[in-house]
Amino acid sequence: MVTFSVKDLNIWFGTTQALKDVSLDVRTHEILSVIGPSNSGKTTFLRTLNRLNALHLHLKMKGAVLFENKDIFKIDLELLRRKVGMVFALPLPLPLSIFDNVAFGIRMQGIKDKKRLAASVEEALKEAHIWSEVKDRLNESAFKLSGGQQQRLCIARTLAVKPEVILFDEPCSGLDPISTARVEETMVKIKQKYTIVLVTNNVKQAARVGDRTAFFLNGTLIELDSTHKIFTTPSDTRTNDYIVGKFG
Amino acid sequence: MKRNPHLTQKIAFFLLLLATLLIVVPVGLIVVIIIQKGLPAMNWQFLTDIPRQGMRAGGIFPAIVGTAYLVGGAIIFALPIGLLAAIYLSEYSKENILSRIIKLAIINLSGVPSVVYGLFGLALFVVFFKFGASILSGALTLGIMILPIIITSSREALESVPDSFREVSLSLGASKWQTIRHIVLPNAIPGILTGTILGLGRAAGETAPILFTVAAFYLPQLPGSIFDQAMALPYHLYVISTQVPNVDEKIRYGTALVLVLLVLFMNLMAIIIRSKLRKNKKW
Repeated sequence: MVTFSVKDLNIWFGTTQALKDVSLDVRTHEILSVIGPSNSGKTTFLRTLNRLNALHLHLKMKGAVLFENKDIFKIDLELLRRKVGMVFALPLPLPLSIFDNVAFGIRMQGIKDKKRLAASVEEALKEAHIWSEVKDRLNESAFKLSGGQQQRLCIARTLAVKPEVILFDEPCSGLDPISTARVEETMVKIKQKYTIVLVTNNVKQAARVGDRTAFFLNGTLIELDSTHKIFTTPSDTRTNDYIVGKFG
Repeated sequence: MKRNPHLTQKIAFFLLLLATLLIVVPVGLIVVIIIQKGLPAMNWQFLTDIPRQGMRAGGIFPAIVGTAYLVGGAIIFALPIGLLAAIYLSEYSKENILSRIIKLAIINLSGVPSVVYGLFGLALFVVFFKFGASILSGALTLGIMILPIIITSSREALESVPDSFREVSLSLGASKWQTIRHIVLPNAIPGILTGTILGLGRAAGETAPILFTVAAFYLPQLPGSIFDQAMALPYHLYVISTQVPNVDEKIRYGTALVLVLLVLFMNLMAIIIRSKLRKNKKW
């Protein structure tokens, strides 16, 4: 099963080309890790999938991106973003209470029933493994949580909308190793239900959690294979050089 | 010649201090003189009575009420329009030559002399729309005058809300308007309120825009409807200072004191609201 099918994707910001002829499939219920040095286009690739790139003013795009065999530009924008959730690089709680953060997405769908909201919030927080830490302080500001807790809250907030895909944009770049381990643990656990695309600067993280790994360099997809293959016998020398740390 | 760093530092310090004092001292003097000369006139009767004996005695109540009506009317007109325009400009309009010209024009509008607004109000509201010299004409004229202040400060407040909040909201499936309504606006309110109140202060203090559009020379009763003329504090101050002979100095300065206190009170409100809401700001 294929969730996303990307064909010959080219993206320019003004005159600089960020992605060059990228073609790849994201399979259903896999964790696809995307690695590469900075400016390799991996975040641009990720933000194309939920059309968040379109906020950029001078964006030009060529090629096709299919989500469940439908052109993403022909799907209702809000619906696409509900189905394709995103967790950002920095923990970005909204300036609301813990409860309201998680309930935000559902509320925006017009659901006001308090019992239903409470149930969805609890379920999402449990799924993101943060329920026990916040259940007694749901009405406190989300900014009072630690960085790692905030990031898991953001995961819960994304899960609450019941997406099919979750895009992680370097979700642990601002976290300490213990919080990182917690977030990774959460990712592996929720993989049963969701398709995950994980952009990461942390090669070891890709090796730990990814089913398959894609290596981007200067906007080009160099190699995409099973994580095991990429990290043991990559077919491109540049992949090997990046993984062992010759550049990056 | 070799420069002595200690000496240059001292000279720079002195010049900076001098410049600051040059600003602070006149402002302080104005306040002190107004209080000193106006305070003796202050009493309950002065604030609540109508002017008597050709404005040489009695109170300034109709002028206070008139100014309150004008300021209230100006804000009812200017705040919704200004806020909506600011939302459009900061959230929806694309960055191109036209939108840049509009933004520049709005900024420049706040530099237009107030007497020009007065003439404009006279031509448009008093003559063309046939509202006559009335509270309605005056309030609309003042409203147009403070629109640029409200638009500019609201735009700044909206634009200071981090883009990451917008992205988070959109990524959760919220529409653009939902994002503005539930995330951007609530976080921009302190800035919007501050700009609005500063605009109010300006509307309360201006003489020229109301000169042709509403202000009555002498009107011993309170206005009955928005189509009536009204007295207003700044114009009343002008009248008793230059047009009516032999007005007691303390009445003139008393009127000025009331006006200054009114504007000061509004600015103080702006500061308090801003600092209160800033404390709740969490990023």
